This record gives sequence, structure tokens and C-alpha cells, in this order.
Amino acid sequence: MTEPLLRVRDLKTYFVTEQGRGTARAVDGVSFELYPGETLGIVGESGCGKTVTSLSILRLIPEPPGHIRPGSVIEFEGRNLLTLAPAELRAIRGNQIAMVFQEPMTSLNPVFTVGDQIAEAAIIHQGLSRKAARARAIEMLTLVGFPDPAERVDDYPHQLSGGMRQRVMIAMALVCHPKVLIADEPTTALDVTIQAQILELLDRLQAELGMAVLLITHDLGVVAGQADRVVVMYAGQVVETASTTGLFDGPLHPYTEGLMAAVPRIDAPKSRLQAIPGQVPAATAWPSGCRFHPRCPHAWTKCTIEEPPLLGLGDGDHTARCWLVQEPGRRKPKT
Amino acid sequence: MTLQAWFALLVAFALAAWAVGALRRRTARHEGGRRFFRHPTAAWGIGVLAFFVIVAVAAPLVTSYDPWEQPDIIHLKNKPPSWTFILGTDVYSRDLWSRVAFGARTSLLVGGLGMLVAVTLGTLVGAVAGYYRRWVDAVLMRGVDVGLALPRIFVLLLAIALFGRLPLPVFVLVIGFTSWFGTSRLVRAEVLSVRERDFVAAARAMGAGPGGVIFRHVLPNAAAPIIVSAALGIGNVLLLEAALSFLGMGVAPPKPSWGNIIADGAPYLATAPWTSLFPGLAIALVVMALNAVGDALREALDPRQEAM
Repeated sequence: MTEPLLRVRDLKTYFVTEQGRGTARAVDGVSFELYPGETLGIVGESGCGKTVTSLSILRLIPEPPGHIRPGSVIEFEGRNLLTLAPAELRAIRGNQIAMVFQEPMTSLNPVFTVGDQIAEAAIIHQGLSRKAARARAIEMLTLVGFPDPAERVDDYPHQLSGGMRQRVMIAMALVCHPKVLIADEPTTALDVTIQAQILELLDRLQAELGMAVLLITHDLGVVAGQADRVVVMYAGQVVETASTTGLFDGPLHPYTEGLMAAVPRIDAPKSRLQAIPGQVPAATAWPSGCRFHPRCPHAWTKCTIEEPPLLGLGDGDHTARCWLVQEPGRRKPKT
Repeated sequence: MTLQAWFALLVAFALAAWAVGALRRRTARHEGGRRFFRHPTAAWGIGVLAFFVIVAVAAPLVTSYDPWEQPDIIHLKNKPPSWTFILGTDVYSRDLWSRVAFGARTSLLVGGLGMLVAVTLGTLVGAVAGYYRRWVDAVLMRGVDVGLALPRIFVLLLAIALFGRLPLPVFVLVIGFTSWFGTSRLVRAEVLSVRERDFVAAARAMGAGPGGVIFRHVLPNAAAPIIVSAALGIGNVLLLEAALSFLGMGVAPPKPSWGNIIADGAPYLATAPWTSLFPGLAIALVVMALNAVGDALREALDPRQEAM
């Protein structure tokens, strides 16, 4: 396979909580690779460290209270982003790696027109004149499917709907044709119909511009539709990695199974939805051993003491942080 | 007063009234503009300010005497208001209206420029402290605490005692340099809140540097309280200038400023109260107008209403 574009190795992002009540290990040893042109989905429920991972990649973690532990590596085209000087990092942000945020309602600056904001990245990175940048902004608005872009370029964010604002955010992110797009829950704040439009748009733009997408979401449906490979996160760790088809054909980790059981299915007989019992533990005190064991239906003594590594199955493309991979006999039958 | 001066004065009134109407029409399409003029005294405030600014700019036109001219120091001193001298004359027989009109130039200039210096400094310091936080914030804000703890008038008196009477530009700078502390605190608080908003993170993710983030994304969204505090602050600086000039340490006579005209009239308060009364009224009117405008601006720019 080709060289990965972005390689995250053993990323640890900790937050020192106030009043010194310990350290929240929000992201605790996450590793994954992103290859050119692919879509990698990162799934997990709220508080599992998805967003902190994505912010860490561009070093947007507020410091203090957060910090990325030494030893973490985020390699983009062979350069470790964590050791770059601020100016070098800024040359990458928005230019090579761009980001779309979750909340289109608050991620646009209310005092500037959308055209100004789209143009900003082009002015910063490509040194375009204001006039050229404006033309560029209109071009980008056309690309993201804005009706009447030459008019709307002078609109202020409050004049646009949520879906339109998210299109503006995408236009802003793509104005410099980045190699990597990090989309942090790009559709969470939108209606289902608009969600579909935005996902379709991302798909089309990815095909047109050939960029890699890191898609962060809690929605397995979105992952199934968009991603080539999936990383499942739980409690600040990667608990399962697989190709999308591999994951949906046979999840290995009980957490992934639980997530899938919690998705309503149109083809299943009507029954109560399964929920995973309990909730994500506090990041200041992860459980010992396997971090999922207090909520796991299969857990046995070993799980409470010894933390499983990512264990591979078969070709090794599909891995899970679970002792069941080694000892499938321990799996309890479905009730 | 000559007919020409009366006419000019009338034009000044008309212009001020027209300015109020024009501003109201220009802003009527904006929600904020309508809120501004909904304030009961905002229109009056704008009118009074416009009138004094016009008088200051057109001082030679609206008066018929030179403010330094002493027509007859024996027979025309301390004359009460009449058709010739509409506000009367002072102890040197100078036309009081001329002095008040030309004094408006000095006083408004010192007030406006002094506040401009103060707001610029306060905004810069506050933005840097609020954006960088940590030790930068601690150092700057402790400095501001010290600045706020020192009574401003004594610092100014000390400076004047050490260096003698200051030339006007230096005087303006000194006033500016001693008036920015409150603004910087306000700006810092505002920046602390704005910097946490999503679009600031989005701007950084886009590759904007600290300068770009502060000036393009943070400060424009923190502008409302800065503008309000500036409007209210001009009044303060005006009063400070008047106080210092009254003490004989501000603007050097015979150059008229509202403060030193009051000082000129102070010894004759019992026999010729108009000399001190009219510049005092001018100060009071302008300060009240500034407060009304500041208050109306606060209402118009209130982000809690903007969010609706």
C-alpha cells in the first residue's frame, strides 16, 4: 500500500482539571493512519475523545488546561506537526489540512460577509489580492452548490440557514484545496434532509479534489455510507479498526456490537432498541484493565486486571482491543 | 454681534438639527439604529454634540470678535450679556461667546484625541492580555491595577509640577496615557469571552496568525462595549481637562479652553457670574449629551438583543 498521508501515533492529550482534581486523559494513546484519497471514519459516543483527537491534529487544543504529552507523534507527509514552529504550523493549517466544524451556527464570524471569510484563507496562504480572492470565493460557493453565488457572497452569516452555513464552512475549508479535510461531526447540527445533501456534497468534492477525509461522527449510518475504513473509539482509546464492510459484517469488540445494536433498523422486527448499560466513565479515572469491562456483558476476571492490546484477526486489517479476539470461547451467547 | 455671525449661528443650529434627522433616516433600516433613536435623549445628545462640533469648526464664522481681542479694558470689562456681546464680556473685556466658541476647539480636541489615545492603548493592552492569558495577562493586569489605584489627577499634577506647563500635544498624550486602564479591563473581559467562540477556533484552523485572529475575529466582535466606553470616556476627559485648566495647569491662557475660561471668571463670581457660568454650561451640556449618546449606543449594540 502507499505511504500514509497522515500518521497519528500514540497520541495522548491530557487536560489538567481545575482545583487539581487530577488529569483528564481525554485521548490516551490513539494511533491511526490516513491514506491519500480515502475516507476514514472515527466513531464513538460523546466524551470518548473524537473531537479532542481532531483538534490535536491541528494543535488547536486550548493550552492550558490541555496539553499533548511528549512522545505523541502526528506525522503529516513525514513531518511531525507537534514539533513544528508556530509559523510552519500556520502554513499547514487551512492550506494542507483543513477542518469543518460541528456547529455551523457559531463557527462563522458574525461581523464579516461569507465571501470575506472564504477569501481569508486564500489571502493568507496564496497571497491573492482582495479582488482575486473574492472571485475565488464566488467560485467556491458555486462549487458547494450555492444558488446565486455572485449575490450571496455579500451575505452575512445570520442571513443564511444552517445547511447554507455548513456549505460556507466547507467552502472555507476547501478554498486552498487541502490534502486532508477533517470533518468533525459536519452534519450533527443539521436536519436529516440537509445532512444527506451535505454528505453527498462532501462525497462529490472528495472525488473531484482527491483529498483524504477524516470523518468524525457518532452516527454509524453516516460512517456506513461515507467511510472506507473505520476507527472505533472508546474512553480515549482506539478499540477497533476495520474496513467499513469488515466492521459491519462482523464487529469484534463488544462495544462496537453494542453501538450497532443501538441503531434502529428498518428491516428488523419491531422490538425495543438495545442500549449499552451504564455510561462512559469519567476521563479522570478510567477503569483498570479493559476500560469497557464495567459495561461489557462478556467481561471476566482477566478483563478487570489486564488491559488488552489491539489484537488482529486473520489478515490483520481488522483489529480490536479485546481479549475475546484471543479467546472467542468466552463470548456469552446472545440472550 | 454682526448680522453675519447671527446668520452663521442660525445655520449651525439648522445643520445640527439636519444631522440628527439625516442620521435617523440613514440608520432607520437597521434594527440597531432604531433602538438607538428609541432612547429618549439620544436625538438631543446627537444634536447638542453636532452643534458644538459645528461651532468649534466654524468658530471664526459664528463669532464677530477675536477671542484674544480686548476692545476696551476699562469700560467694557465684565459686561453682562447684550446684543453686542451675547454672552457678555470677561474681566479683560474679551467677548465671552468668542472665547467659548474657540474654547470648544481646544476642549473638544483634547477630549476627543485624549480618549482616542486612551481607547487605542486600552484596547491593545486588553486584547493582548485577554488573548494570551497566563503570565502576559497577570503582568499586564497587575500593571493596570497599579494604574487604577493611583488618583489620575495627582499623577497629572505631578507631571506638570516636574516638567512645567505641557505643550498641548503632550498634554493630550499624558491625558490619554493615564485614562486607558478602565478600557483595558473591559476589553480584556470581552476578549476572554470572544476568544472561546467557535469561529475563533475556525479562524485558527484556517491558518490565521495571532494578529489576524485578534484584529479580524476577536476585536470586531468585542467592539460594542469599547465604543460605549469611549463615548462615556470623552466626557470624563473633558472634565479632567477642565479641572486641570481651572487649576491653571492645563491649557495655557490666553488660548481659551472651557476650563480656563471658568478659572478667569472665578474671582468675579459674585459680580459677573456669566464668565464662569456659560463655559460651565457648555461642559455640562456636552458631557450630558455624551452620556446620552453612550447610553443609547449601549442599548443599540447590546448583544443580548442582537441575538434575537
